[in-house]
Amino acid sequence: MDKRTLTFRIFRHNPFDPVSVPRLQEFRVEETPRMTLYTALTRIREEMDPSLQFDFVCRSAVCGSCAMLVNGRPRLACRTRTEPLPDKVTLLPLPFFRLVGDLSVDTGTWFRDMGRRVESWVHQHRAFEPGAEEERMSNEQAQAIYELDRCIECGCCVAACGMAQMSPDFLGSAGMLRIARFLVDPRDHRPEEAVFEVIGTEEGVFGCIGLLACDDFCPKDLPLASRLAYLRRRLALAAMRPSPSTTTGPVPVR
Amino acid sequence: MTITTDVLVIGAGLAGERTAIQVASRGLQVILLSLVPPRRSHSTAAQGGMQAALGNMARSQGDSPDVHFEDTVKGSDWGCDQDVARRFVTLAPVAVREAAYWGVPWSRVVAGRHKLPDGDEVEEAQQKEGLIAARNFGGTKKWRACYASDGTGHALVYALDNEVLKLGIQVHDRMEAVALVHDGQRCYGAVARDLRTGEVRPYLARATVIATGGHGRIYGHSTNGLINEGTGMAIALDTGVVPLGNMEAVQFHPTGVVPGDILVSEACRGDGGYLLDKDEHRFMPDYEPAKKELASRDVVSRRMVQHIRKGLGVESPYGPHLWLDIRHVGKQHIEANLREVATICRDFLGIDPVHQLIPVRPTQHYSMGGVRTNSSGRAYGLAGLYAAGEAACWDLHGFNRLGGNSVAETLVAGMVVGKTIAEDLWWLDIPSSERVAASLAQEACRQVEERVHRLNAGGTEHVFDLRNRMSNILMEKVGIFRNGTELAEAVEKLTEVSHRARRLGLQSGGAGASPELALALRLPGMIRLALCIAYGALQRTESRGSHHREDHPYRDDAHWLKRTLATWPPGADLPALSYEPVCITELPPGERGYGESQVLAGTEKVHG
Repeated sequence: MDKRTLTFRIFRHNPFDPVSVPRLQEFRVEETPRMTLYTALTRIREEMDPSLQFDFVCRSAVCGSCAMLVNGRPRLACRTRTEPLPDKVTLLPLPFFRLVGDLSVDTGTWFRDMGRRVESWVHQHRAFEPGAEEERMSNEQAQAIYELDRCIECGCCVAACGMAQMSPDFLGSAGMLRIARFLVDPRDHRPEEAVFEVIGTEEGVFGCIGLLACDDFCPKDLPLASRLAYLRRRLALAAMRPSPSTTTGPVPVR
Repeated sequence: MTITTDVLVIGAGLAGERTAIQVASRGLQVILLSLVPPRRSHSTAAQGGMQAALGNMARSQGDSPDVHFEDTVKGSDWGCDQDVARRFVTLAPVAVREAAYWGVPWSRVVAGRHKLPDGDEVEEAQQKEGLIAARNFGGTKKWRACYASDGTGHALVYALDNEVLKLGIQVHDRMEAVALVHDGQRCYGAVARDLRTGEVRPYLARATVIATGGHGRIYGHSTNGLINEGTGMAIALDTGVVPLGNMEAVQFHPTGVVPGDILVSEACRGDGGYLLDKDEHRFMPDYEPAKKELASRDVVSRRMVQHIRKGLGVESPYGPHLWLDIRHVGKQHIEANLREVATICRDFLGIDPVHQLIPVRPTQHYSMGGVRTNSSGRAYGLAGLYAAGEAACWDLHGFNRLGGNSVAETLVAGMVVGKTIAEDLWWLDIPSSERVAASLAQEACRQVEERVHRLNAGGTEHVFDLRNRMSNILMEKVGIFRNGTELAEAVEKLTEVSHRARRLGLQSGGAGASPELALALRLPGMIRLALCIAYGALQRTESRGSHHREDHPYRDDAHWLKRTLATWPPGADLPALSYEPVCITELPPGERGYGESQVLAGTEKVHG
């Protein structure tokens, strides 16, 4: 194979530099075997422009730091090999999240806020007993929880979401998946009403207009579309039958 | 703007968060500082498992904290503190169960007969059905590594960070602690630099915890995340009074992939993977007939390098490597239990491990050394300073850490250190010293700002150039096999790099989140860590655990059954080394029972 020279067109802007103007800057890099965007961007920073901002931590697709738009599509940069890419590659920061600089965005603040809104923790009604044996659980059940626990909070789903761009309070499929994760966990005892209070709204499942780009672009192949459908079904069923805790009428759904 | 809190925890990986949870549950105010959002911490990358003697599996029958203790002490090559190891093995089962309580989906025991990849059959007991399962790991007598499918670290980090959210603990992410505030007696907090804005800000605290993880990235090839540059150890060393323990004890992992150095888990070997050479010959049984691929990490790594040196490695544009073969384990098992490994191979190498071999070589992986603390987590040298996890040396791992013990250590250390802090702060009357602290903090901030100013004023040396020089020296001369000549050269060359670092200058502007400035501020400290490693290794004329001297191939208990302590006197070129005895309460030094027999004859008597 002939050696290629790749042209990277990279979004540049430093919001803390008063003279910085948002622009695209071109860098040319000779492709090497098994090159990824991590290798390429590191070379650009170390050999061409030490001010270039981007975020990598694990460089092995487990930490969720490095999502960006690669030729228009949200992807984890560390896991993007250059070989299948065309000669010209445009890199933009993820939309929706606040820009830190160049390709770096603040996903942490958004996900923390989401975690608080959906109360992303096990709602226990007993205290931990240090001396006691663990509560039993079937391995199948553990696997089922783990399947939904695999989100790495990279932000690809929200960045790809048409609804999120229009409605900043939308919980996104990451938020919906988080709720679904706790619904399958037998250790979680939050009342069903509390769940529906959070997601039975325009910011929750009813905000989704069904474009499902989240499901197309999730780098972990999480079952975002099916969990969304599941939550809607649960919500609809709950609205139709008397609630177990209030026998007087259906669960109020706003 | 000065921020004041009871407890400042620097680093929000598993150790930092577990410490924070412990002190917050005692009603203390705590702030977590983190380079990245906590869920992006390097703890997330721990794939394999967490050692805790639950004894739920057929192959764990008869396991107990006692057996775990023995494995840990032997693994450490008798370099660990046995009082710490004892406390650790006792608390590890509690830590695993507590994590389950917080929502970790640990894989569970499935009763009935199961065929293992090596052809053996085991019968899991009906009465254990649904309890927390464990898998095999290198260097252990029993199956003891609890795991959550293929993402133990991820599941733990998410569960702990969920608790942090629940307790309302403040997290200040994209903040880097660049100096400790202290008066030579007591630590009053830290000066942090905001990695979004570049702003420098003091945090005053009654207790400060260093939980910043390892220093792997000072080496040229490391499995560590890119944020693991040893910053917490470096700022402790910079105080001139806090010693780092056993910095020469650096672990290499047998299976980093080539290229990229991404770790593929110990679980590959635990679940039956083989190591093959260029002739696709399985060579480990030739060296280690009993343990084969499952001897402890230091032994396997050395055997691999030894085999490569015989010319039996596979040549590649990235240097010679060996093969990891998991094909015979089967597609189903690989997809279910080794999925992250399969994903790494497919996505980063373009290899399908179900049908193809994985290129691997030993790669820097873990730092047994760190901020020296006592067995309760209090740092030597400064009151009010604590350390936990990989950044600390309390000293659980001695000269070699067992796989799965680091994840367990983070949680247990968090419990212990958090409890210590709560007790210490109960007695401490701090308001009287607040004014002292504030003026010290102001001065520390001024010094950091002056450093930034000097870097912006234009020096002749470039950051990435010097960083690469340092990491190449370490890789070439302070790696798996060491000898006096090369170590002396390493010390000399690193000293030269250290001098050149005084003339560092930025090529780009230092405004906002400048990555060049961030590294320029860290680099002198990283070089000092490199010198602690190289100089400590040069002085230690024996081989123990991961520290292997070709010119001193035996463990020498008569002279070296002791821990290295390195402090950095202000303005000095080299660390000042001193030594302290290892705490031996139960198990006298002996043979490790696997790997090379390497104890210097006649030395057992001295300490036996």
